[in-house]
Amino acid sequence: MTPSKRLQAALPAFVLSPSLAAIAICVYGFIAYTALLSFTGSKMFARFDFVGLRQYERLFDNPRWITAVENMAIFGGLYVVVATCLGLYIAILIDQKIRLEGVFRAIFLYPMALSFVVTGVIWQWLLNPGLGLEHMVRSLGWQSFTFQWLVDPDWAIYTIVIAGVWQVAGFVMALFLAGLRGVDTEILRAARIDGAPIHKVYTRIVIPALRPVFLTAFVIEAHLAIKSYDLVVALTKGGPGVSTELPSTFMYSMTFTRNELGVGAASATVMLTSLAAIIVPYLYAELRDDRRA
Amino acid sequence: MANLGINHVTKSFGSLAVLKDIKISIEDGEFLVLVGPSGCGKSTLLSIIAGLEEHTSGTITIDGRPVDDLEPKERDIAMVFQSYALYPAMTVEQNIGFSLEMSKMPKAERVERVSKVADLLQISHLLKRRPGQLSGGQRQRVAMGRALVREPKIFLFDEPLSNLDAKLRVEMRTEIKRLHQRLGATIVYVTHDQIEAMTMATRIAVMKDGVLQQFGTPEDIYDRPANVFVATFMGSPPMNLLPATVVDGASGPRLSLKGADVTLPLPSSVTARLEPGSDVLLGLRPEWLSLAAEEVSANPMLTLHVDVIEPTGPDVFVALRAGEREIMARLPTGTPIRSGEKRAFALDLSKAVVFDAGTGIAH
Repeated sequence: MTPSKRLQAALPAFVLSPSLAAIAICVYGFIAYTALLSFTGSKMFARFDFVGLRQYERLFDNPRWITAVENMAIFGGLYVVVATCLGLYIAILIDQKIRLEGVFRAIFLYPMALSFVVTGVIWQWLLNPGLGLEHMVRSLGWQSFTFQWLVDPDWAIYTIVIAGVWQVAGFVMALFLAGLRGVDTEILRAARIDGAPIHKVYTRIVIPALRPVFLTAFVIEAHLAIKSYDLVVALTKGGPGVSTELPSTFMYSMTFTRNELGVGAASATVMLTSLAAIIVPYLYAELRDDRRA
Repeated sequence: MANLGINHVTKSFGSLAVLKDIKISIEDGEFLVLVGPSGCGKSTLLSIIAGLEEHTSGTITIDGRPVDDLEPKERDIAMVFQSYALYPAMTVEQNIGFSLEMSKMPKAERVERVSKVADLLQISHLLKRRPGQLSGGQRQRVAMGRALVREPKIFLFDEPLSNLDAKLRVEMRTEIKRLHQRLGATIVYVTHDQIEAMTMATRIAVMKDGVLQQFGTPEDIYDRPANVFVATFMGSPPMNLLPATVVDGASGPRLSLKGADVTLPLPSSVTARLEPGSDVLLGLRPEWLSLAAEEVSANPMLTLHVDVIEPTGPDVFVALRAGEREIMARLPTGTPIRSGEKRAFALDLSKAVVFDAGTGIAH
């Protein structure tokens, strides 16, 4: 090999090495560091006195963590189901060869362009009894109208669902719209000739054909749900009380404000493993499909 | 099974007319092929027969009954699509049985009908598979099964063979024709392939730019094309068109070929009286030319320059030159001929067609 050829062969590795090193240290390195810390008795600062699974026991003995996990189940479940159904429904409506389709698509996609903090603040104002919806309806004359989910500990978690779904539904719609456009129009003509009424066309033919889109939508929504943090902080700050605590907000307050670094690291590790349980099978299936194609 | 009538059907999108006054009628059990170049309106016409698109004016009748206001499912038709249009998430069995399920047929009867059709098409072993696991030819069979299972009055085929490779296409062509003979079904079949049209049809409708050019049996279309378009569209290589002028001869009018110092007798097919001096096109199929024997033949002769020889196996296509004009001849393999030669060719004028040079319509 001539020197110039050798340089050419080495160049990609050379160019990529800084970012590879950064990822190796800042992502995987710190993941490993966090996992390591979760087995120590660290309080305010990192200490390396290994205590085994002590921190995990403390984590699951903490009622606040249990609340956070329960909230995660409510929020995650509703967020995924409602956003998927709503996104699919809007996509089907937009797919009816409507006028100004591009305008509607943009309108529904817009919330995705906002950060979670902005979404949270907007919905905080909208749902605030003194400022938003309740105030507006009362000023229109319906004095007995109450809508106080935001300040009711039993209902506050559902306001987060509303805000989260509002933000992501347009994106899910775009996913499904692309899937619907991929369905051969001759299939729809064939279904008409076969005498299928319109709801049967969707339930028996079109929606089953969208299976890969459902999978994609589920994975995207699930990981957004698990890592959602800023939305809760902006909308309810985990309150009233700890009623809208999520694992992510729990982790933050344990690690950075309650001087329980070990418990925080343990909760972070639990979150990472549950995310990995969702993402890894998906990646595995996707990559295997790529190789086959 | 039923007859089909297409009476003065037109279709326009705003000011753009895509079908102009189409009039075709076929009897029970006929195999009608709609053929023409892409954009001629043949697929639109098929969609109108199916009820998938509405026509602007005119009437479609099936079995003598107007069906213009009926939904596709009420017209008692079945259709096979170009892309097969199989439902991807259903098994072959569900695909074939879907229309019966939609018409609320009891399950036992449905299963029996599906298995009967699957036997007929030899796809019984595929019933539990999904379309994605099938080859192109198998999908084609499933698509046909979906149509057959309904036992409709009329089958509609929209270019069903165009996605298959050449060998499979010939096989399926034979198979569809065999099915037609066996079932005695009325079929309307759309294609752009003139060989498919000739081989399968009992009636051919040649279309161009939304206008029906000619409607007749394959023999009519091939031997007595109504105009220059039909003459050149049907047949491969296409019919030769030689410009000529009508001149007076001792025994009636003759044709004087332009660019060649030859006059030919008027073909017997010409019934109209041709004015001397009018310009015409003499239509000659390539197989109506043959290498002239040494002795003077009974047929008129032309001396032509042999340009290119293209062997195809059973035949040899020979590109000949008469001055500026190219003439294709189809000769049997083994004909002693070499490019660069000048040879005398005998013309069989018994079937030759004469077209008006201006309008392109046959005299």
